[in-house]
Amino acid sequence: MILLDLVIKQKKVLAAFTVVALAIPIAFTVMLWGESESSFGGMLVLDGFSLFFKFLILSIAALVIISSVDYVNKFARFQGEYYALILFSAGGLMLMASTGELISIYVALELSSISLYALVSFLKDSKSSEAGLKYMILGAISSAVLLFGMAFVYGLTGTTHLDQIADKVSALVSSGQLWDSPALILGMILMVAGFGFKIASVPFQMWVPDVYEGAPTPITAYLSVASKAAGFAVILRVFYTAFGIPLLSDSWALVFAVLGAISMTIGNVVALAQTNIKRMLGYSSIAHAGYLMVGLAAVSSLGRSGILFFLATYALSNLGAFIAIIAISNKTGSDEISDYTGMARRSPVLALVLAFCLISLIGIPPTGGFIAKIYIFNAAIQQDLLWLVIIAVLNSVISAYYYLKVVKVMYVGTPASEEAVPSSIPLRAALAITSLGVLLLGIYPWLVLRLAESAVAMFSF
Amino acid sequence: MNIESIHPLTIILFLPTVAALLIALFAKQPRTIKVSAAVFTFIAFALSVYLFVIFDRDGGLQFVEKAKWINSINAQYYLGVDGLSLPMVILTTFLGFVAVFVSWKINVRTKEYFIWLLILETGILGVFMSLDLLLFFLFWEVELIPMYMLISIWGTPPPLGRKEYSAIKFVVYTLFGSAFMLAGILSLYFSTPAPHTFDMVAIASGGAAWLIPAIPFTAIFFLIFIAFAIKLPTFPLHTWLPDAHTDAPTAVSVILAGVLLKMGAYGMIRLVAGFGDGGLVPGVAERYAPVLVAFAVVSVLYGAAATVRQTDLKRLIAYSSVSHMGFVMLGIFALNQLSITGAALQMFSHGLITGLLFAMVGLVYDKTHQRMIPNLGGLARQMPVITVVFSIAGLAALGLPTTIGFAAEFTVFLGSFTSEAFHGIQTCVVLAALGIVVGAGYILWMLERVFYRAPLEKYNGVPDANHMEKAYIFAFVVLIMLFGVYPKLLLDVIGPVFTSWG
Repeated sequence: MILLDLVIKQKKVLAAFTVVALAIPIAFTVMLWGESESSFGGMLVLDGFSLFFKFLILSIAALVIISSVDYVNKFARFQGEYYALILFSAGGLMLMASTGELISIYVALELSSISLYALVSFLKDSKSSEAGLKYMILGAISSAVLLFGMAFVYGLTGTTHLDQIADKVSALVSSGQLWDSPALILGMILMVAGFGFKIASVPFQMWVPDVYEGAPTPITAYLSVASKAAGFAVILRVFYTAFGIPLLSDSWALVFAVLGAISMTIGNVVALAQTNIKRMLGYSSIAHAGYLMVGLAAVSSLGRSGILFFLATYALSNLGAFIAIIAISNKTGSDEISDYTGMARRSPVLALVLAFCLISLIGIPPTGGFIAKIYIFNAAIQQDLLWLVIIAVLNSVISAYYYLKVVKVMYVGTPASEEAVPSSIPLRAALAITSLGVLLLGIYPWLVLRLAESAVAMFSF
Repeated sequence: MNIESIHPLTIILFLPTVAALLIALFAKQPRTIKVSAAVFTFIAFALSVYLFVIFDRDGGLQFVEKAKWINSINAQYYLGVDGLSLPMVILTTFLGFVAVFVSWKINVRTKEYFIWLLILETGILGVFMSLDLLLFFLFWEVELIPMYMLISIWGTPPPLGRKEYSAIKFVVYTLFGSAFMLAGILSLYFSTPAPHTFDMVAIASGGAAWLIPAIPFTAIFFLIFIAFAIKLPTFPLHTWLPDAHTDAPTAVSVILAGVLLKMGAYGMIRLVAGFGDGGLVPGVAERYAPVLVAFAVVSVLYGAAATVRQTDLKRLIAYSSVSHMGFVMLGIFALNQLSITGAALQMFSHGLITGLLFAMVGLVYDKTHQRMIPNLGGLARQMPVITVVFSIAGLAALGLPTTIGFAAEFTVFLGSFTSEAFHGIQTCVVLAALGIVVGAGYILWMLERVFYRAPLEKYNGVPDANHMEKAYIFAFVVLIMLFGVYPKLLLDVIGPVFTSWG
């Protein structure tokens, strides 16, 4: 990719090449469904779970690349590197979801993060560089914390393979020595902190608004869905495999429940005050991390499949919204919500897709977001987490206000100019895919739900 | 030919959506849009009237359709109507059809307006037809966005109204209620024996013997109830209503007052009395009947008192809705077979009467460009037809015999008065009857001030209702009189639902 950039003048070809290149692993993913293997001594695992996430991350990367075709004209040079870095990052994220061993998780995390640090500051203006620096410093600290936690777990159990850790921990539990070793608890908490950064949970969320605002919009889109998906994949794998013992799970489930409740509340309440649409979606991303953590707190197969389905719908809705924002901001040159006034008159289809994706983020039918929330809340109520569900639905009500504010601004009010917003064919294709996906998941979620359920079937409890 | 084989309910339900899609894709001229909307809503209306005619009065749930939807949580696509929901379906399709004509003069962004109006109709129909709790909740939420768009784009702008404020208030208030309703529905789902089900019919007939409450039944009842209380609306959760009704465009007010409020009442009746054998949540309504009847009476009296003070014609009608829906709630929680039948009849009656009242207000505003009562007066000379119909509507609202208003209110009062729900219910009923007196006061006062004084110079030459407008307002009047003189037509359908219930 980088070499190609040197020789090819027409940058659009690069994008096309990348997408074609992505199609190959996607095809492999589909072909391998149903198989289960592991190699490299358990460091690389192939099962339904990893295939689901590989497919998700590859699709997200493909959609982001398609939609950045217009955007990359802002980068003076290094367009080839841009695509290459996205691919590297996607590779790292896929590896994160497909490995059964702590060190590999760390390596994959670093691979994707370092690529993202560079991508975030790609615009080279002051905001973008500041965002990149913030992301890098906070990311480095959280990786260090994560490694520290992993070190504790290694020290206690003598192994970094998740299933062997599980054996050792359950041996500890059955011999009643669990609470004698604070190392395990400390390790778990530190790992929650490390992963919490990635998924943008409170109290590890301070980087989100600034990074989301400063980064190039396609990268913001990519960050908001792909790293969140991979983060949750890793959390699911680590906590359900290594720490998946009922006695232990009561404690970490409660931790996730509380963190989730705080995340969604803070995310939604602060989003109410935002005037920049990227910052607003950043806070909404924090809130959605909260909703997803409700699924983590509901320790059951319904909760797990709920998380996977929610990630799929969230990816589609968020990507759809961001892709529309890419097109509109390209034209208006601004990310302020007030500059979206009357957009429905200028570009009705674009405004409709954005409105539809925002409505999916609220969780109103007939969108996929509605089904996803119902599914996750269902799982939580089954585990007697009524208090958490009530907080979550009230938060959805609060979120309606700021999402609808954008919808209102677009539909009600006269635009500053009557020109339509131009959008290239690839961008329109990406918009069509995401919005139709959201609609389909809202009316007929059964197919993806089944995939999600079979993906989590391997977790034993 | 067996009517059930063509799935009539699904047709009625999705015909408006199909119309919306066709309009979105193909219609260009405003006239085409309006005519096609009228045609499709008429077909839906005609089909629902046909179902009414062939409905077996003693047959319970009919035209049932069941299909798989989300297998993993046992949610089904389950539709059906009984004596309670069928009149509501007809009311919805009728008001949907009339709303097209009431909106005939909308020329700004016509296409979007009718698309939202049609989707709204589907949402409301879905609520009345659903027999699966999750499907019920889905359709309950579907009506939110169309209402938001309709009110905030085509509503009354400042300085006379605050359309955007009213729209967002409506959405947030309703969502707030739905939030709790979702928690309640999911708790009810988990109270059913495994494998859990959302099937409303099974839950209602199973009752306390079959359900194992995941959380106490009282909690489930009130979680679900709060959404209905907001929708109805009950004092003190009614503050969204005057704003939403007043600032909505006329046709939307007609639908809002006519059927949207009934969604709340319908939900309450299902909660309390289910499908005739038991409520969805057993045992709670009996214990809390005194409290709920008290709220109903307060709604009636507060609504009536607030109405007297209004100087904006539309706001006056809106507040009177609070008062009239209070009667519905009184009838429901008097827990008497007759009073609930009266409540159901009052739902239908209020839908027609208030629908007509809002349509009339729209006409008056359209012709005179005035909505404030102090600025109006003596219109009887200039607009005789509108005057007569408005007067009939007003008299129906205050419960004049030979109108359906009387039939409904009388049944509610008779049923509540003879109810044995708790001691002192007679006092509550008498207090509520005071609401009728106040109601007579504001209606007659309003009619006198707007129509029956010396004519004002500035209104010389204002047009009266044109042919199309005359057509639909006469249709309303005919129905109001018909069911007022012969309520048996409706009571034959509604009554059998509750005969076997306490």
